[in-house]
Amino acid sequence: MGVKIVTSQQKMTAYLEGEIDHHTAAAIREEIDNAVMLHSPQVLKIDFGAVTFMDSSGVGLAMGRYRTLLMTGGELILSNLSDRNYKMMKLSGLEKIAILNKRENAYESKK
Amino acid sequence: MKVKNEFRMTVESRSVNESFVRTTVAAFASQLDPTVEEIADIKTAVSEAVTNCIVHAYKECVGKIYIYAALNDESIIRVSIRDRGCGIEDIKKAREPLFTTLGGERAGLGFAVMESFTDKLIVRSKPGKGTTVTMIKKIGGR
Repeated sequence: MGVKIVTSQQKMTAYLEGEIDHHTAAAIREEIDNAVMLHSPQVLKIDFGAVTFMDSSGVGLAMGRYRTLLMTGGELILSNLSDRNYKMMKLSGLEKIAILNKRENAYESKK
Repeated sequence: MKVKNEFRMTVESRSVNESFVRTTVAAFASQLDPTVEEIADIKTAVSEAVTNCIVHAYKECVGKIYIYAALNDESIIRVSIRDRGCGIEDIKKAREPLFTTLGGERAGLGFAVMESFTDKLIVRSKPGKGTTVTMIKKIGGR
């Protein structure tokens, strides 16, 4: 599990990789929050393209980052969500406060 | 309905065991020849139940989590996850989507996810005694 953060101008992208659960979410949260506090990006995009497993901790992670962005004044985009992860995000009503983008080539379902 | 196979295991309530338990239960369920989606459903539901034991039941300590899984001859898997932790005061409230006693980083979706990814969810709990969550899912049922 890991996160790679790329910042260009006012846009920050956090590429998540591997499994997101309560155990792995803590380190990801810390890395993203540190970067957001440092750069105050206008847009934070969290990319779920390389996520192989996620439970509701991934939803909590997104909700928590929304709160962080409330302090720094940025917009949240959740991108490359698989169908099931999209469904879980919607259970929480996140589509009302963030932009949700589904994964284009859902390779997860082809496996 | 006859039990075809079953297993039990006990793990400590350490967060590193979340992936261990969900992977083990998924490997056991693979005997029923589930689809990739069904395996993901089981993994997600089990992960929620184990996480609840760690973040709620044994919030202040490390305790034991008891896992039991059984398959029957009608391709139904039953998974029970039990703890001897703090118990739930109001089960109905706890099962409501978005309700959480923790706030912040928890979405309050644990039971909602278990419910939506399995066919049946039974929650039994006694404050001070512990909680048992049982999930039932038919494989190849949809």
